[in-house]
Amino acid sequence: MDIKQNIKTLIVEKPLKLDCGQTINNFPLAYETYGSLNNEKDNAILVFHALTGDQFVTGINPVTKKDGWWSYAVGSGKSIDTDKYFVICANVIGGCMGSFGPSHENPKTKKIYGTDFPVITINDMVNAQINLLDFFGIKKLFSIVGGSMGGMQVLQFISNYPDKTKTAIPIACTSSHSAQNIAFNELGRQAIAADHNWSDGNYNSKNVAPDKGLAVARMAAHITYLSKKGLQEKFGRKLQERDDLKFGFDADFQIESYLRYQGSVFVDRFDANSYLYITRAMDYFDLVKQFNGNLSDAFKDTKAKFFIISFTSDWLYPTQENKDIVIALNAIGANVGFVEIESDKGHDSFLLNVPDFLKTLKNFLDKSYAEKLS
Amino acid sequence: MKPEYKIISDLIEKNAKVLDVGCDDGTLMEFLKTNKNVNIRGIEISKEKVQTCIAKGLTVIEGNAELDLKQFPNDSFEYVVLGQTLQAFINPEIVIKELLRVGNRAIVTIPNFGHWKVRLNLLFKGTMPITNSLPHDWYNTPNIHMCTIKDFVKFSKIINFKIFKSLALINGNVSDINNLNLIFKNLFGELGIFLIEK
Repeated sequence: MDIKQNIKTLIVEKPLKLDCGQTINNFPLAYETYGSLNNEKDNAILVFHALTGDQFVTGINPVTKKDGWWSYAVGSGKSIDTDKYFVICANVIGGCMGSFGPSHENPKTKKIYGTDFPVITINDMVNAQINLLDFFGIKKLFSIVGGSMGGMQVLQFISNYPDKTKTAIPIACTSSHSAQNIAFNELGRQAIAADHNWSDGNYNSKNVAPDKGLAVARMAAHITYLSKKGLQEKFGRKLQERDDLKFGFDADFQIESYLRYQGSVFVDRFDANSYLYITRAMDYFDLVKQFNGNLSDAFKDTKAKFFIISFTSDWLYPTQENKDIVIALNAIGANVGFVEIESDKGHDSFLLNVPDFLKTLKNFLDKSYAEKLS
Repeated sequence: MKPEYKIISDLIEKNAKVLDVGCDDGTLMEFLKTNKNVNIRGIEISKEKVQTCIAKGLTVIEGNAELDLKQFPNDSFEYVVLGQTLQAFINPEIVIKELLRVGNRAIVTIPNFGHWKVRLNLLFKGTMPITNSLPHDWYNTPNIHMCTIKDFVKFSKIINFKIFKSLALINGNVSDINNLNLIFKNLFGELGIFLIEK
């Protein structure tokens, strides 16, 4: 993967003690920026990506040659307006787009880490990314934004660094990963482990990859990102390039063909072990437990202005789980706004062209920026 | 802007912490922010209106006052405003108690069903009254618990809260309501405005 040499990387020298007990230092943190940092350094927004995202938020991703994962929301004149704001996004540690992850070589053994890589948590991810603020000389971010696992990072970040951002926008997320979500993640991990190419995580040394397992993991996960209504409207029972059923196990239906395609393109850009590590990080996320059952305590030291957004058809991170965060914030008199956006696009709504969402996100950011919050 | 907004604003002290329950498109919130420099939050049931409020830079949460006020701790606000929506709740008693739990004081406005036009409407037409401030038919009205100014005063004694100040709006003019003029205000007041306490 030589194209990856264009990736901007910060080498974090400072030791980082991980939740699993290990300490890492001199590790790479790959990042990308959009727009420019103003003289006051008060226009920076740190965007956190979700499970399969990366630092290439918008424009053409130089590695995949496809549109960045949040092209609808981030760019010139868009919700997160790069003419106005300086947008930073880092690949999470444990990931596979240049940041320290399981596909890196272990300097001690000179072998690819694979499953010898330490287990990473959401807490570890944000503790790695705080180093970007020092690197850019930013005392306080204007905002932190993220959907899904990105939203979990928003919550963890503000809990760890209560005075490092003026606003915080957790979208379609939760403060505590539910049993259902752990179950879906486990399904994905088991699909990877069931592929004999996985070889207990040592596939790199054998020059193979558990592509079939990873594709199945992606297919299963993809279903959870959509809604029943959305699927029905888009695909229904439409047949794939055929007039009738073929009485076999080819992809007769368009939905089958679509899922297979989603699976096949995913394996080209994603590492199976990273998928294991990042889903594990999500499963371990429980901010409620971290604060002994009182979520409000996670936010008690911050004066940041929150805006929480959920979607009507998101059954993976349903409105009630987002509302629990609102309730915890109201319980301590925090400055919090909340809206549930009408959309039939499921959990993926935050990544797609949902005008009400994009407009509201833009309005919140632009109005808050004009307020000159301290 | 509704005529009572100025009156509500006059009842609120500067720099107070205020919650507007059923804040609609945020017009009152903006007015109070500008005039009284209040620290104000809103709660609104309509998604569209919440988005309008956010676009105005207001801090608003989407929610239903009957279900979502319980998330606020006791005495979170100095004032809680409930504008012309008490009649739309399934249980106005619980709502009033919740307002006075989360706020030190509440400002409640009610469209007066005792107004002479409403009375004449029913007397002569024999059908449920339809007026400018109550434009719905009986079968599609959200106003399921209409009351009069007099009813509200009685209500204060029944569920035991104090009316600190009561005002009537008549043709855009505001006047005090007291025991002596209650019958008169109940006949001519279009809107009752009450500042209440536990």
